[in-house]
Amino acid sequence: MFSKKTEELGKPEVDENQPLLRVRDLSVVFRTREGSAQAVNKVDLDLARGQTLAILGESGSGKSVSAKAIMGILDMPPAEITSGTIEFRGKDLLTMPEKERRLYRGQRIAMVFQDALSALNPVYTVGEQIGELFQVHRGLSRKDSKKKAIEMMDRVRIPGAAARVGDYPHQFSGGMRQRIMIAMAIALDPDIIIADEPTTALDVTVQAQIMELLAEMRRETGSGLILITHDLGVVAETADVISVMYAGRTVEHGPAVDVFANPAHPYTVGLMESMPRLTGAGDRLYAIPGLPPSLLNIPAGCPFAPRCPRAEDICRQDPPPPAVQLDGIRYAACHFAEEVVSHGIH
Amino acid sequence: MSEPDSVAALETIEGAPGTPTSSVTEAGKSRTLAGDAWETLRGSWVFWGSLVLIAIFLVMAAWPGLFAHADPRDCQAMRARQEPSGSAWFGYDVQGCDVYARTMYGARASIIVGSLSTLMAMIVGAGIGVYAGFYGGWVDILLSRVTDIFIGIPILLGSIIILSSIPTPPGSDFLNIAKVALAISVLSWPSTARVARSAVIQVKQSDFVAASRALGASQSWMIRKHIIPNAAAPVIVITTISLGGYIGAEATLSFLGIGLQPPVISWGIAINDAAPYIRSTPHMLLFPALFLSLTVLAFIALGDVVREALDPKTM
Repeated sequence: MFSKKTEELGKPEVDENQPLLRVRDLSVVFRTREGSAQAVNKVDLDLARGQTLAILGESGSGKSVSAKAIMGILDMPPAEITSGTIEFRGKDLLTMPEKERRLYRGQRIAMVFQDALSALNPVYTVGEQIGELFQVHRGLSRKDSKKKAIEMMDRVRIPGAAARVGDYPHQFSGGMRQRIMIAMAIALDPDIIIADEPTTALDVTVQAQIMELLAEMRRETGSGLILITHDLGVVAETADVISVMYAGRTVEHGPAVDVFANPAHPYTVGLMESMPRLTGAGDRLYAIPGLPPSLLNIPAGCPFAPRCPRAEDICRQDPPPPAVQLDGIRYAACHFAEEVVSHGIH
Repeated sequence: MSEPDSVAALETIEGAPGTPTSSVTEAGKSRTLAGDAWETLRGSWVFWGSLVLIAIFLVMAAWPGLFAHADPRDCQAMRARQEPSGSAWFGYDVQGCDVYARTMYGARASIIVGSLSTLMAMIVGAGIGVYAGFYGGWVDILLSRVTDIFIGIPILLGSIIILSSIPTPPGSDFLNIAKVALAISVLSWPSTARVARSAVIQVKQSDFVAASRALGASQSWMIRKHIIPNAAAPVIVITTISLGGYIGAEATLSFLGIGLQPPVISWGIAINDAAPYIRSTPHMLLFPALFLSLTVLAFIALGDVVREALDPKTM
């Protein structure tokens, strides 16, 4: 039913010696009636096999847009990629013809969406939807793909998979649905899994399980995981490397342990301090004052300056150096990165 | 800042209620959109009533002889305009034909014109709507403007122009019927196109379409597997409702004398023939008009209950 001209089957060949994912200078602009919104501004990202990269940031910081750009599912227009390269194993995905690009989706790079209920088609059973992948990419028959679907549901530990393969998405609980999304993402053994706020729509009790499952699937498959989140707790548990985004830019980048222990950008410091803690009961929860800038009108100088307790005149006038290198692979886009690392912001 | 304490907080959540082993399989039968709609429809007397009426009219259209034993073309001037009686339940018309037989035989033309126009309007309208909605951009702008132009033409006026400019092929009832169906559908597809387009645009923005794209599906796969099944409900509804409207349009055109032409037997023609005598012998107009109204009503009522049943907000 899915043969003829439409689909070449099988994974696209890649050079395993090249870096898994190398994003350089990525910029995405949304053209709107009100003007151009710079959603992603010269972002660099790197991901190695077996690594977990967390992209951290508030709503509108450009983290989801970056992920969609990597995935190749931005709606263009209104979005437009104005600069940059996204290299997967040395091949630039952005210059690739759409037909070839499609073969990478699902097979090489897969995505777990935030809200599994809306990311699953309500008119098909979950078995049909997991099976769809095997039909599209592997040319399996309906019957074989159903078997595969049950296998995948078992793998993400959905109880009674064989009995539930014919159920519809709305018959599952939120956590189970997210497991199905994960099953779909890992079904074709991708090299990169992008999880876009995978736990945001879930109950707190289920969040940890889903993160554990994602981490486990990453270990099992040896793929790289890009975790997009604003939940610091989630990041602390699973991430190897953290990129903090603010107003479309990467403001800090480094190994998770170091960034947590010693943030180098005042914005990261603010994020850490706004996290509830078990000690210090009775204190008011810290909140970063002000709001992120409108992407239509990002202030000159440092975009965080208006909210920054450490800001000086230079911050309001000159944009910070895009990457002040601290020790090793740590970078921060702040005029005072070194001082922030050693003395904090107060 | 040292090791964040929330990490410790997270550890305690492990093994909390809701782990896979403790989750319960939800009981109950599979509920799909169609299944849900069926549950709603099953208990609705409007649904069954309109369905029974439509079934009767369909049988009538297929085998009118089952209902009427008199020959509708057996007309004798001596019994013209006779009132209903035991031998002729609906009386006789101007030509002295049996009104009951002509009403039964008239269903065929109405049903065929209705279904044919609906089919053509649906194929053209849904096709254009899906195409415009899915591809957007220039394609959408162009197709939407074409749709607007067609919507701007009043259906009745447009059909009168079309019908009066194409000569009726003599000697073929079917070509006569097809011509009227064509005239109706050429001007009525835009409403289906608009509904289909907006449904597709709504579905296109769903996460599951993005998810399907993220999993490497092609555009034609997305349209067939994700867009059309999810956008079908409103198109089905407008199609059912407009079928009734098209039957009414056929009767209107035939009444005006430019739709179906004798010797085709149709309710519209019968109403036209009877109109001058409405004050003296209303039965000639009453019966075909009654059947026409019932048919239109049945389709519109069916479309209405189906719309209600398919509307996710009422589930």
